[in-house]
Amino acid sequence: MTEKIRITTPLTEEQARKLKAGDSVLITGTIFSARDAAHKTMVEALDRGEKLPIDWQNQIVYYLGPTPAKPGNPIGSAGPTTSGRMDAYTPKMLEQGIKAMIGKGSRKPEVVEAMKKHGVVYLAAVGGAAALISKCIKKYEVLAYPELGPEAVAALEVEDFPAIVVIDSEGNSYYEEGQKPYRRL
Amino acid sequence: MRTIEVEQITQAIAKMCMEACYYLPEDVYAALVEGQKTEESPLGKDVIGQIIKNADIARNEDRPICQDTGMTVIFMEIGQDVHFVGGNIVDAVNAGVAKGYTEGYLRKSVVAEPLFNRKNTTNNTPAVLHTSIVPGDKVKIKLAPKGFGSENKSELKMLVPADGVAGVKKVVLDTILHAGENPCPPIVVGVGIGGTMEKAAILSKKALLRNITERNEHPEYAKLEQELLELINKTGIGPQLGGTTTALAVNVEWYPTHIAGLPVSVNISCHATRHAEVEL
Repeated sequence: MTEKIRITTPLTEEQARKLKAGDSVLITGTIFSARDAAHKTMVEALDRGEKLPIDWQNQIVYYLGPTPAKPGNPIGSAGPTTSGRMDAYTPKMLEQGIKAMIGKGSRKPEVVEAMKKHGVVYLAAVGGAAALISKCIKKYEVLAYPELGPEAVAALEVEDFPAIVVIDSEGNSYYEEGQKPYRRL
Repeated sequence: MRTIEVEQITQAIAKMCMEACYYLPEDVYAALVEGQKTEESPLGKDVIGQIIKNADIARNEDRPICQDTGMTVIFMEIGQDVHFVGGNIVDAVNAGVAKGYTEGYLRKSVVAEPLFNRKNTTNNTPAVLHTSIVPGDKVKIKLAPKGFGSENKSELKMLVPADGVAGVKKVVLDTILHAGENPCPPIVVGVGIGGTMEKAAILSKKALLRNITERNEHPEYAKLEQELLELINKTGIGPQLGGTTTALAVNVEWYPTHIAGLPVSVNISCHATRHAEVEL
């Protein structure tokens, strides 16, 4: 495995553009969770010309809906959800200044185009490694849409959160690159 | 006639919801350990290593293996000599799910209505309950919390008899290729062949609840399971970031069908192929 790159939030466009597909990163700082219902709610708010409940400029979004925290823990299990479901809303969200997205699975071409335009990277965490990932989350605080339950927008304080750059700001995909050598059909 | 209090069903289901979400079944765990040994990609090995470590943490600390603790699918085989007392059996099943998901700190992932309002029911009910009547005076409950990262990548095709084995293999392979790294591989693949449209779908779900070390009793279907597994592991998808361990097993279930038909359903399950079983 390659040397891990440490990144801290907030993340500037210049920093995001330096990350390349295949890089392993460890993220420390505050990241923000949002998934299906929160994306729909936020994009509808933007369409009405309203302000979003948080400023996404230079922030990292994590596609997450955690399990409830057991007493004494900051959060329950907290792995990534499938990013593709957010694709319909992503180009609009990237206009808000998001510089990295954490999820799992492939993205649509229009998302990759928006990433290139705004200098954004897409990171994957290991799908289903939710108990393991929760160990690097130190704090979970709901900031908006509490009525959405596990789908609320929340701030997460993370320490050395492990992820891999799967699509970089030039549109290179590590999923394709990683899978091709083993395709023997 | 044997009398069973429905409260017993509620208690059993609540316990199974928690156990299924915390403890990865031994057959799946063993297949992951084996997969890590045979995986050709170094990064793939590392990913499987993280998945195993995750399962260990979940088991040791009673934490959900995955944050998607699923929609609760329950197969209940009810002996024809059983008489349920003390309430409505369907309500008792859902009371068990609500209790398990609330007391077990599991995520509530069910919305009351799918298209217009999508409001969370806040206790993960209702379950998807399949009942069947069997001889005897026992009740057998199989429970699977089904995550939707993999459920969303499942497919059903109504083939015709002329499509044959090659047609079935193509449906399975196309489904897996289309799913790619999205359903959290290494996956377990359930395939239902025959019956009617809904029967094939239910068979494919049932196939996922079978122990993955057991092959179909019919030798030709057992061979098909092996061939499909080899085919799927040539896709290169591997443990999400490329490799040779795309699937841990393929389980096929079949049923008689119509002279004009060959229904095929492919139900995908992630590496957290969770299931629990109890007999009362």
